[in-house]
Amino acid sequence: MLLAKKLVLAHFWVAFVAFLGAIVLGEWQMFVRSPLAQWVNNPEHYYRSVTAHGTVMAYVLPTLVAMGFGYAISELALKRPLLGVKWAWLGFWLVVLGTAMAAVTMAMGKASVLYTFYPPMIASPFYYFGVVLVVVGSWVWVALMSVNLHAWKKENPGQTVPLAMFGNVAGAYLWAWTSVGAAVEVIVLILPASLGWTDTINAGLARVFFSWTLHAIVYFWLMPAYIVFYTIVPRAIGGRLYSDTMGRVAFVLFLVFSMPIGIHHLFADPQVGAGFKFVHAAMTAMVSVPTLLTVFTIVASVEIAGRLRGGTGLFGWIRALPWGNPMMLAVTFSFIMLGFGGAGGIINMSYQLNETVHNTQWVTGHFHLIFAGAIVLMYFMAAYELWPQLTGSGPLPQSLIKLQVWLWFIGMMILSMPWHLVGLLGMPRRMAYYDYTHPDIQPQAWTVIASTFGGLLLVISAFILVFILARAHRTPKTAPPPFTFSLEAHPGGRTPALLNGYALWLAMMIGLTLVNYGFPIAQLASLKEASVPVIPIGSR
Amino acid sequence: MTAATPPAHAHSEAVAIAAERRWVYVVGAIIALLILMMVVTGLHWASMPPSRVETVDVKTLHLKGEFVENNLGTTLGTDGKVTVRLIAQQYAFMPQCIVVPAEMPVTFRGTATDAIHGFVVGTTNANTMLIPGFVATFTTTFKKTGEQLMPCHEYCGTGHEAMWAKVQVLPPQEFLARARSGERLSCVAS
Repeated sequence: MLLAKKLVLAHFWVAFVAFLGAIVLGEWQMFVRSPLAQWVNNPEHYYRSVTAHGTVMAYVLPTLVAMGFGYAISELALKRPLLGVKWAWLGFWLVVLGTAMAAVTMAMGKASVLYTFYPPMIASPFYYFGVVLVVVGSWVWVALMSVNLHAWKKENPGQTVPLAMFGNVAGAYLWAWTSVGAAVEVIVLILPASLGWTDTINAGLARVFFSWTLHAIVYFWLMPAYIVFYTIVPRAIGGRLYSDTMGRVAFVLFLVFSMPIGIHHLFADPQVGAGFKFVHAAMTAMVSVPTLLTVFTIVASVEIAGRLRGGTGLFGWIRALPWGNPMMLAVTFSFIMLGFGGAGGIINMSYQLNETVHNTQWVTGHFHLIFAGAIVLMYFMAAYELWPQLTGSGPLPQSLIKLQVWLWFIGMMILSMPWHLVGLLGMPRRMAYYDYTHPDIQPQAWTVIASTFGGLLLVISAFILVFILARAHRTPKTAPPPFTFSLEAHPGGRTPALLNGYALWLAMMIGLTLVNYGFPIAQLASLKEASVPVIPIGSR
Repeated sequence: MTAATPPAHAHSEAVAIAAERRWVYVVGAIIALLILMMVVTGLHWASMPPSRVETVDVKTLHLKGEFVENNLGTTLGTDGKVTVRLIAQQYAFMPQCIVVPAEMPVTFRGTATDAIHGFVVGTTNANTMLIPGFVATFTTTFKKTGEQLMPCHEYCGTGHEAMWAKVQVLPPQEFLARARSGERLSCVAS
């Protein structure tokens, strides 16, 4: 049952059209910084492009996918019409308006502060208002997911919340609290400076607030992907979900451990002391637990599929897997990228090892592999799964989907692996240009060319995605088969009450955040000398 | 359904739970080992990220105190400690070329006058952020002699990509011979 078809389609379409624009910008950036191109006359164009690419990829795409997918899950998993459809449309239009406002400001060159904002550099207030509208629009979604879950619970007292909805609402609560950090940074520190009410800003404090959002947002991004892993992958490849409980444990652990870890982004910063840096490093180690649990559970679920198809022995089940199935390919590629990216992540979070790679091209490689690689690939699969329901298109062209998935995987590996390598050699990130005539940099030039080529494959893959989705609207309408989520391998087990609600986990989330951020924030806010003059960006 | 659960099914569920539990233990052990490694290397090698919260007034930075122009560069203290002081601003480091010894601990003290900057020295672990209003301090030892690049690694405005400095790592004897005079060392071509 999917009634809010237009609502879900609107979210996905705006997300993917913005994504298409941003990926073209990304490829342009790789091309102009490579030795293949004469450098653009105005390096500001490069940073303008980075700001747009990052803002769309980090805020617009994942937020809209999480919202659209969330509305679909609410109806499909709870089997009742979505409450508050009008509010949902309001949230959608706020996100669209905010995106447009930020986009125009960026295009005019009045917001080249990159998507991480970088005070004391200050952009036009319209850019920040745009970002705030995107976030406020998404808060409408958070509220609606909570309202819909509670309405269902009232109708079904004592029942176990379906796993897909459980993860979906966990993602919504995670986002609500995650976004508070950047919201405080923008509203309390940046906007007053941007509007000209103050002419100084505490740049160190702003970075600490941003770090609150900066790492937890990654777990908000990955929630939709994990929901696909647990509740769609096993069904799509003909297997069973190994453990429903493990899915719930993973989702609530993300709630608890996502937030109090952001200071690991500030290891090399002077405004936070060693003690809190260590605490955040240890917490970051803990947040790898839900992913390690997920890897086990999903691989076990895939193994069930292989054995149901007649695979035997220690490795025989791997050969028996449905390798011609796009979802099988996608989950395999996603896990390979998650493996490399996760190993890199453990290096980044390590209190000491981070010094080698901090702010080098390694970091760019790391998060492209994890987010654009492992997670966004599963966004595509979510769209492919929903599309026949949304458009009545009948089955989508499987071989074209496979080609798209292959290109995304190969492109992402070619893009991000050279970045890891040159990051270790000390190549800085966020550079509009490298001087390839310098004897120390010349040997690294090939890596930038390789990444440009990888990026080209990604652009082709993105266009195939949009082509497949657009063409589905034009096929003759057929009634879609009922949508199902994965079955459990051992159904009927009792779900502990603690894993059927969020109270304890939300309390831990908020408590740990306050413990891990309270002191650094209070200390920094009280430092007078930390306020420094603002630097307006773009002529005003 | 529960009444009809075949014994084989119940058995496989027990196996599944046991396997799952073993994996949880393995994961717990991995995490514990990682944290232990951080503690041991932190305490035993004193290997830590910059650890002090120290402020400085950007408005008077050039006029008085540690970061006035004639105090920037490398000095050999009377206690034999090597200190490098530097400033980052759009779009250059001061000094643009830094001389340090190999195989001796070198303490960097740096800050920024305007935007956020940062640097990494070649393939070494010398890597820090320079935030206006704060002094970044860290100590490192260079293993190899020779010249290394030192780019600004944090976006600081439209001229960011042109902001590079150099670090010359000298053999300790040569460095000490040059530094004994008590003067500040730098390798900026004059």
